[in-house]
Amino acid sequence: MPLLELENVEARYGAVQALHGVSLSVGEGEVVAVLGGNGAGKTTMLRAVSGLVSTSGQVRFAGERITGASPERVARAGVAHVPEGRGLFNELSVYDNLRLGAYLQRDGFDEGYERVQAHFPWLERRRDQQAGTLSGGEQQMLAVARALMGRPRLLLLDEPSLGLAPLVVREIFGILDDLNEKEGLAVLVVEQNAKLALRSSSRAYVLEVGRVALEGPSAELAENESVRKAYLGY
Amino acid sequence: MTEFLQQVVAGLASGSIYALLALGIVIIYRSTGIVNFAQGEMATFTTFIAWTLVDHGLGYWAAFPLTLLIAFAGGIALERTIVRRVEGGPVITAVILTIGLFILLGGLSNWIWKAEVRSFPPDRPFPTSAWDLGGVAISKQDAGILAITVVLVVALWALFQLTKLGLALRASALNPTASRLVGIRVGWMLALGWGLAAALGAVAGLFTAAASPPLDPNMMRPVLIYALAAAVLGGLESPVGAIIGGLAIGVLLNLVVTYDTHIHLDLDRMRIPIAFLMILIVLLVRPSGLLGRSVVRRV
Amino acid sequence: MSRLTTVRAAVTAVALLAGIVLMYFAPHADRIGYIKGAQLGTYFIAILGLNIVTGYTGQISLGHGAFMAIGGYTTAILVSEHGVRDLWTIPIAALVAGLAGFIVGVPALRLSGLYLALATFGLALAMPAILSWDKLDAVTKSGHEIQLFNSPHLIGKGFEDVHFLGRTLPFNHAVYYLTWGIALVLLVVAWLILRGAPGRAFRAVRDSELAATSSGVHVATYKTLAFAISAAYAGIAGSLFVIALAFADPQSFPATLSLTLLVGAAVAGLGSLWGVLAGAAFVQFLPDFAVHISKAQGVPDTVYGAALILIVLLLPTGVAGGLRRALSPLTTRLYTRSQS
Repeated sequence: MPLLELENVEARYGAVQALHGVSLSVGEGEVVAVLGGNGAGKTTMLRAVSGLVSTSGQVRFAGERITGASPERVARAGVAHVPEGRGLFNELSVYDNLRLGAYLQRDGFDEGYERVQAHFPWLERRRDQQAGTLSGGEQQMLAVARALMGRPRLLLLDEPSLGLAPLVVREIFGILDDLNEKEGLAVLVVEQNAKLALRSSSRAYVLEVGRVALEGPSAELAENESVRKAYLGY
Repeated sequence: MTEFLQQVVAGLASGSIYALLALGIVIIYRSTGIVNFAQGEMATFTTFIAWTLVDHGLGYWAAFPLTLLIAFAGGIALERTIVRRVEGGPVITAVILTIGLFILLGGLSNWIWKAEVRSFPPDRPFPTSAWDLGGVAISKQDAGILAITVVLVVALWALFQLTKLGLALRASALNPTASRLVGIRVGWMLALGWGLAAALGAVAGLFTAAASPPLDPNMMRPVLIYALAAAVLGGLESPVGAIIGGLAIGVLLNLVVTYDTHIHLDLDRMRIPIAFLMILIVLLVRPSGLLGRSVVRRV
Repeated sequence: MSRLTTVRAAVTAVALLAGIVLMYFAPHADRIGYIKGAQLGTYFIAILGLNIVTGYTGQISLGHGAFMAIGGYTTAILVSEHGVRDLWTIPIAALVAGLAGFIVGVPALRLSGLYLALATFGLALAMPAILSWDKLDAVTKSGHEIQLFNSPHLIGKGFEDVHFLGRTLPFNHAVYYLTWGIALVLLVVAWLILRGAPGRAFRAVRDSELAATSSGVHVATYKTLAFAISAAYAGIAGSLFVIALAFADPQSFPATLSLTLLVGAAVAGLGSLWGVLAGAAFVQFLPDFAVHISKAQGVPDTVYGAALILIVLLLPTGVAGGLRRALSPLTTRLYTRSQS
């Protein structure tokens, strides 16, 4: 049974329909990428999973129905969403942001903090710094770290590479690889940087105008003629 | 000079009351972006409830915390039932709603308890004597008000800064979406904010009834205006600003009225217009107040 | 303008006219009834004005009672101190109040939404104290009643009969027709303004200042204009109010008057003219009905407050919106019929 399953999911913002029946799945410990141009519905799809937009259809996590569940409930089920714009508390310190990441954990904050520090050692040095004053790359990493504090089973990442220097982006994806290998964290990553996304994932979907246009193993999609033309530039 | 200090101290005491009400206004504004015009009437209503409790035989010092609890619950209930529907909507709907509450609660207080002359607390648990500190007389009542205010402010500070719940409350006000994504039940956090504000209002109401008898349904109208002025002066988003603003206005109004005997402007009855002028000037010159963050409108 | 709007306008105008004329034939309309009818008219005018600035231009004014007070006191002072005939004070009151509205409108440009609400709320609460201030004695008689009774310049001095066009009318009838005559004129004026270019500009400002500016609407001009016009309306209302009662004192213009006007505007339906009569009737007659529930003092306010809350939650478009929905089958049928 896949960890996350979307079946014919539709989503709308008021009168505008953004998703027209999207079906996809993410297995335990899998890294799945979602590609597509602007306005394809990638962000909406992630928001549909975490309950930030009104949805119809079926969204199931670990077998449980979470369609239309509140974001709080979805978080409690073990899904961590790093949204567009990173979703940090810019006025609060790095440390407080991490504390909030662990909000649902009764104890084990210290453990979680240690784990996160292993991947992002610079956090300890900056723990009292205001999150909003960090650089773009550091903010992205803090956002991921924050998500990890909640010990999620599934990580939803919305365009982690946006606005970041290539080196930083590679660092982030390297950490994701690590997490996936060592801890079996499942990741659903939405990316415009198709090359990187396809390299880091085992399967991928291509969304176009709110629908799944292509799907398959990432290696295959990377060779796919239309994907190459549209998203890989050659 | 001692006269001056005298008036300053008295002003601090009345200023504490304004500060408490202003603090409630700021807490609600920070979390829900709404200015609660009904803050004063909520205070009046709960003070009348306290009076009813005492009237039925409960001791004043037992009724005090019980009233705070009732107010707390009432504030939570208000947010969960009525206020949540206008959160995040256009400003005018929230304004009309809280004005509606203002009118409703005022009417209810008048209807249920009628404008009879009541003194509350009835047998003066605040002693009327005063201490003498180097020529300056501080009434025990004023000292009591100041002391309780300090305790409350410290307790609130501790809640917000030292506890996990406080962190969640602050987070919900700063970024509700991100808060939900980490699993915080933001709706209940906002309700908690209203509950705290209502409790603060209850204290302000109880103090007002004690400091300026009699207890009557319109007693918090001026206090509301002073509290709004304090909140605006300190910055609608700043709890510290609300407290400083409240104390400052308390002292200022007291001094102005005292020294009016020299300039004969009959300012005693002009306190509300003075507060209004203060609101107007601050909003025009520096809308974010003394301690608020300047908000730049990005075009 | 669409046929549908014409039909609606015609229906409302006829209904209004019918209501007023009916009064003439009402067998039980006694002295008090006519005066109450006149007061209804003053609420009508004031709420109309408030709707222009808050409903159509989106500027929250919680202090419109102040403009009524300014208009009312202008009339009172001119009649009692300077011997001006009361009818002529009405346009003067409009000008003075309109000027005050303009003066308020200028700083209001820098305040929007919440801040404007705060400032005007402060104004409303401060007004009674200002009216009672000793230092303004020369102008306001520092809160003592300004009596116009028996003033030779009042149309019905001492409630005597009024002579008009060769006919004799009891004082209260005259006041009634005067008020509603002016009210109807003002309604038409408002309608013309609102359906024309200024009205479109007002609505543009309300919906999005940014978009309005980019479309070439000079936001500042229209905001101050809206304030001035609505204040003038309120001033006329205040003036007529004082004429009907033949005295003026701070208690006639309490802090809560502004809030009552807001209730009326909300019940009427912000941003629409059709419900204004209902809004005015609601605030005017509610205290009378409330007495049946209980003679206690706070009852009308309780109902006002509850009404405001219920409207915000359930019927944001007020009576106007409700009427529109209820009558839409009828008016649409008339429309389609008139087409075929």
